Amino acid sequence: MNASFQSASLRERHRNGKIFSALFFASTLFAIVSLVTLLASVLDQTAGWVLIEYSIPEADIVPSDDEGNPIPLASLESEGLLSILDENLGGRRLKALDLEKPLAERSPGDLRELIIAEVLEPSVVRSWNFAESMLSRESIFQWAAETVPEGSLVFRWWISSSFLSHSQSSNALFAGVRSAILGSFMTIVLTILIAFPLGLGAAIYLEEYARDNRINRFIKTNIYNLSGVPSIIYGMLGLGIFVRFMAPLTSGALFSAASAAGDSVPLEAAALAADGRTILSASLTLALLILPMLIINAQEAIRAVPRTLRESGYALGATRWQVIFHHVLPSSMDRILTGTVLAVSRGIGETAPLVLVGASTFLTQDPTGIFSKFTTLPIQIYQWTSRPQSEFRNIAAAAIVVLMVLLMSLNSAAIILRNKFRSQRRV
Amino acid sequence: MGTALAGKKRPGEMMVQLFLLFAAGVSVLTTLGIVVTLGKESFLFFREVSPIEFLTARKWQPQIEEFGILPLFTATVVTSLIAMMIALPAGLASAVWLSEYAPEKARSVIKPILEILAGIPSVVYGFFALQSVTPALRNVFGGERVDVYNTMSAGIVMGVLILPLISSMCEDALSSVPHSMREGAYALGATKIEVSLNIVMPAAFSGLAAAFIVGFSRAIGETMIVALAAGAGPNLTLNPFRAAETMTGHIVRISGGDLSYDSIDYNSLFAIGLLLFLITLGLNMLSSRLVRKYREVY
Repeated sequence: MNASFQSASLRERHRNGKIFSALFFASTLFAIVSLVTLLASVLDQTAGWVLIEYSIPEADIVPSDDEGNPIPLASLESEGLLSILDENLGGRRLKALDLEKPLAERSPGDLRELIIAEVLEPSVVRSWNFAESMLSRESIFQWAAETVPEGSLVFRWWISSSFLSHSQSSNALFAGVRSAILGSFMTIVLTILIAFPLGLGAAIYLEEYARDNRINRFIKTNIYNLSGVPSIIYGMLGLGIFVRFMAPLTSGALFSAASAAGDSVPLEAAALAADGRTILSASLTLALLILPMLIINAQEAIRAVPRTLRESGYALGATRWQVIFHHVLPSSMDRILTGTVLAVSRGIGETAPLVLVGASTFLTQDPTGIFSKFTTLPIQIYQWTSRPQSEFRNIAAAAIVVLMVLLMSLNSAAIILRNKFRSQRRV
Repeated sequence: MGTALAGKKRPGEMMVQLFLLFAAGVSVLTTLGIVVTLGKESFLFFREVSPIEFLTARKWQPQIEEFGILPLFTATVVTSLIAMMIALPAGLASAVWLSEYAPEKARSVIKPILEILAGIPSVVYGFFALQSVTPALRNVFGGERVDVYNTMSAGIVMGVLILPLISSMCEDALSSVPHSMREGAYALGATKIEVSLNIVMPAAFSGLAAAFIVGFSRAIGETMIVALAAGAGPNLTLNPFRAAETMTGHIVRISGGDLSYDSIDYNSLFAIGLLLFLITLGLNMLSSRLVRKYREVY
């Protein structure tokens, strides 16, 4: 009887165990489900029906053929397109466009685009996401026919080559991420150039040179604490030190003043316009932000190098730096690089510090150098997401996809790099 | 030959060592920079507004010179608490599953997924909160009860953001519990769940606590999710369905606009920043003390 009681209780205990382990598993599943939902909801916004209204219908501006039917814009050649532009745009606007790039030299495709943007002036009435577009096509068409009968419904993929090649625009239909991609790219390259040597150097110092005294312990604790400081605080640091205090340096005014005697006046003017809110300031800020991560990771990588490797180097008469440079670093480089890529991908995604350092809210020009004004992909995503209109939601989602592809390719590059270093070491 | 080299000065080596020392010193300079920047501007702010008023007044309206941090602070605490209510149980449970239950194959799939989740930029989470979670909440609870911007959706999404961090820190703590303790309990006839709950978790307690504190500190400093989804305007409320601006959200919104330097509005941002810095620093130091404790025991 006693035995049966025990076995019943054992059964109960095992049942409890099963319930709990199911609970534990469900929690893990929750993380996966969240990830999938997040990705799905982003992708869902990147395609769908769009209801577009034109300020002038296309039929009104195009010439007619012999039978009186309008010739569609798509089948017109440069000549016809140019005459449409002549008829519908004011002389001043034409001159301005001609100054940007002579109209006669533009390709028919460019001219068509110009006519659409300048003459037809499409605006989005409403856009639908992919799921809605697939599931309730009829009701979308009905709604469109009732609300804006003269509008046209088009199915639009928001990620397109024109999205990648255009710059920011106040019309979501023409907006793109080119200057943001360039800005992100330039910022992050400069960040790596600043942060990587510093991070690696600090790690080498702490692991190979530093004695265990109070100062070095303080440096270590300090790095650990810095890694927990919210990124927005780094933004405030960047604003206070790089943007304001070091403005002559970070705006480039210092350098252009030196060459002001020459013909660098436009450069100087551009620098003054940018004040300290430049790519250089952003990169310095991001470099400080990812530095603790870099150092901690590189320290771990260096610590994992076996002691014997160093000793054999010393035994052959190598100096300390020779041992580090020829033995310790090559054999820990794969780990160091992997950690660097992780830190850099965190840097690419940072938004808040760059808002503080003064990323431009509306930039239609590409950044030209380290002293230009800038915008980055996350900044664009932030601005577009905070707009109420549905079409900006779509381009924000499209920009997110671009950002995620960028991050993923960076991470796969890291894996390839790491494997290469590993195989080299084995040889 | 060897003795001839022994005393030789090597300027190259000295240069390298100097650079390395400088590199290590940059982190100290960074801390100094943060303290000086925040301190200087906050000092200018506190010359105009008394710290007591700053900490206790119930209104934050720079237009009429009202600088009470309370509405911003409550919103920060509300979003962080909601985030912790999700991230804490889910993170701990998934850590127990990964460290005690999961077969090696499942681990090798799920760990990278958690890493992907941790690697997604927070602005993307902000998009997710505003565009997907808020509409879902409004569907479930009704549009008139849930504002377009609300602390609930920001908190939930922030919980998902912090989950991988808590999960991986908890897993570290759990897996550093020595195997002999588990084996001992098994030998006494304990089931797996009893070992996990009664032996491993108490033994890793300080590590788990450290994970929670770090998670909380991360939630307080998190910016983009709350900037996009929690609301744009200070509002003293505990209702998670109402819009309320957090400390970080306020800093980003105001600094993103046209802000003139040397105004009291500008200085007030640094006072908020200083408070934020002190809170997160305090929490991080507490957690590193706890981590050291569990590392020492085993």
